[in-house]
Amino acid sequence: MRQEKRKSDIIISSVIKVCGYSSILFVGLILIFLLREGLPALKDVAFSTLFSVRWYPIEGYFGILPLILGTLLVTISATLIALPFGIGTALYMSEVAPRWIKEVLKPVVEILAGIPSVVLGFIGILVLVPFFRKFLDLPTGLTAFTGAILLGLISIPTIVSVAEDALNNVPPAYRQAGLALGATRWQTIWGVTLPAAKTGVLTAVMLGIGRSLGETMAVMMVTGNAPVLPTQIYALFRPVRTMTATIASEMGEVATGSQHYQVLFLIGILLFVFSLVINIVASAVSTRQRKRSERVLS
Amino acid sequence: MKKFSIQDLNVRYSDDNESLRKVSMEIDSNAITVLFGPAGGGKSTFLRVLNRLNDLADVKEMTGQVLFNGIDILDPKLDVIDLRRKIGMVFSRPVPLPLSIYENVAYGLMMAGERSKKKLDNAVESALRQAVLWDEVYDRLTSSAYAISGGQQQRICLARVLALEPEVIMLDEPTSALDPVSTSKIESLLTELKEKYTIILAPHNVQQAARMADYAAFFLMGELIEFSSGKDMFLKPIDKRTQDYITGRFG
Amino acid sequence: MSTNSQNNPKGKIAEIMGFNLLRLVTLLTVLPILGLIVFIIIKGAPALSIEFLTTPPSNGMRDGGILPAIIGTLYLTLGTAIFSVPLGVAAGIYISEYAEDNRLTRLIRIAIINLAGIPSVVYGLFGLGLFVLFLKFGTSILSASLTLSIMTLPVIISTTEEALRSVPNSFRVVSTSLGASRWQTIWKIVLPQGLPGIITGIILGLERAAGETAPILFTGATFFLPQLPHSPLDATMALPYHIFVISTQIPGMPVKIQYGTVLVLLIFVLGMNLIATLIRSRARSKRQW
Repeated sequence: MRQEKRKSDIIISSVIKVCGYSSILFVGLILIFLLREGLPALKDVAFSTLFSVRWYPIEGYFGILPLILGTLLVTISATLIALPFGIGTALYMSEVAPRWIKEVLKPVVEILAGIPSVVLGFIGILVLVPFFRKFLDLPTGLTAFTGAILLGLISIPTIVSVAEDALNNVPPAYRQAGLALGATRWQTIWGVTLPAAKTGVLTAVMLGIGRSLGETMAVMMVTGNAPVLPTQIYALFRPVRTMTATIASEMGEVATGSQHYQVLFLIGILLFVFSLVINIVASAVSTRQRKRSERVLS
Repeated sequence: MKKFSIQDLNVRYSDDNESLRKVSMEIDSNAITVLFGPAGGGKSTFLRVLNRLNDLADVKEMTGQVLFNGIDILDPKLDVIDLRRKIGMVFSRPVPLPLSIYENVAYGLMMAGERSKKKLDNAVESALRQAVLWDEVYDRLTSSAYAISGGQQQRICLARVLALEPEVIMLDEPTSALDPVSTSKIESLLTELKEKYTIILAPHNVQQAARMADYAAFFLMGELIEFSSGKDMFLKPIDKRTQDYITGRFG
Repeated sequence: MSTNSQNNPKGKIAEIMGFNLLRLVTLLTVLPILGLIVFIIIKGAPALSIEFLTTPPSNGMRDGGILPAIIGTLYLTLGTAIFSVPLGVAAGIYISEYAEDNRLTRLIRIAIINLAGIPSVVYGLFGLGLFVLFLKFGTSILSASLTLSIMTLPVIISTTEEALRSVPNSFRVVSTSLGASRWQTIWKIVLPQGLPGIITGIILGLERAAGETAPILFTGATFFLPQLPHSPLDATMALPYHIFVISTQIPGMPVKIQYGTVLVLLIFVLGMNLIATLIRSRARSKRQW
């Protein structure tokens, strides 16, 4: 009987091990299937077509540049909008707020993280879009800027929670040293705490960028989806189209295996690579930071 | 009779702290063998070799020979779970498992596959009686093991080792977190228990070492400096470093 | 602090202004969220009725209720749970209790981080490629659930790992010293202690899956279904996709139904959030160690 028990132990342990490896398998599978469906595009569609400025699939124009730039425009604006609010809230929560306010704020930020993006997109359409059209006197309220505001809202919880963690990980001794030297708490925040948490805050920003970059529904619903190359600054207040929105709005209507289908998967590959790079860099930065602070403290 | 026979034991952790160097000694059954010396001298590591609890730690290198009843327990093919049932251990802080008092004491037997309620009941009662705890807890066996005092918790920890009817009981500074009354309870308990068990004790100060030792081993920075009967050790230590430590010149 | 204000009045003023600025920024972040929720409740509540919750849409979505979408979201959430919970918890156990610090483990960690970062619409593409087309599950609840499962996996894995790591190591050492095998120690001691944290993570992961649209767009969601799905191989309506449809694809859609549908999804999702928060705080106050 004892022997039997050991055998079941070994079986369970092996099952758990296999499950542990599964993440690698899934990343591999995702990559394989994206490549399988998307790589033929490079063979079938001319390079000059792919990197042109015209996206009009019905007539065979597959220029992905406007989509990439559209994503870039919306993501960067969203990050600029989210940054002061995200970092400011994180600073307030970790450095200023009394405990009970913190206990209230945390769930509120979590609620924001939990609101489905389609709900934010809906509110965007019904409230933000008409508001901007009237207020900014635009031909349409479906603009890159509208999308950027929603994306900013969506990426704030990520920025707040990661940045707050980073700030909380700054040893109290650092702050005490700052205060002991006669600095005010405000000066200590800027002179000591924030610089000490620099890489963690940077990670927060990068993960926020990753969050905006990959967001689909909210952007698709409020940015107007016009595949125009945004070149001027006023492009921010014109309709624009992102990579994610293109996939989401067109994949339902293409024939499996067609050029259009392949190019949409190719865009998927690009998104996969972008998020891969952002996440690997962000995690590399944060682990290096952790190792260094562990050495300092031990 | 020799319970353990240890030859040239070397242990090194992966952070390159050499934790035991060339330790050789023998441990008698039905006696209290005391391991003492300043912190970090290798006592805990030594204890954790004897029941292979070191398997959980980051050990980089372990060489030498440790015979338990004549069997080499460093053999990788050894059934360590069986070994740990024969060699029980009590730790420096009382760590009740997050279970009831009853389940804490019955834990080892249940994990060994014992399902008979009657056998478990008997074992729990007998272990609690040996640990002189039965009268204090018999009416609340199902309440949490965290609901009793620290001294009682530590005797629960002893009782759950006794319930397995081991051959050896190892105690790593078992009274360091306890008040003097609880400490003397545990000490007198150990003196009784040595009739039945082999006891290896790492006491938390020299006085306790002197009180309890049938045999004593002085560990310093990973080396076994001196090993003799308790009387010899504390009345006429041979090594200069042992003398200095016992008389309180360092440590 | 008082010496600061005496020696450094300028600094003190800057500090007061700075702190108030941070308070303002936080308020500007938090208020829109709460306002949004209150707004949706006020606008959506009049639409809620038994009939709205128990009948299918009619008159080209402009009338009737949203029953198929509610049921569909329940099916998808359940389907996601069936696949992702056992796999995710087991993987979390592996990383916390079994994995050694080596290159393979680092690779697993990188894989998890990447799974968490992949855009949801890319999961949709992957689900289309693997489940719908290659494995021929078609546009179905099964394909959509599997796609959502893989997307949810990193959340469940990381929260499980975190919950198990918070269990003191001394419990493992003691249990092992009493002759318990590694799995016995996990099953009897570590898992029960980590359970509230694990459940919290599972709910938060499923909450996200329940609210997602992009991954189910081409894997399982359908525009309109006059009846409820019969099998896992049927396509289904779902609340998030339904919201997308009625707010962008149907001209002249009554606003009341739109807000009502949004409110139902919000109640569903934030209800899960609330349960998770309650479990976590209750477990924290009950903890003995």
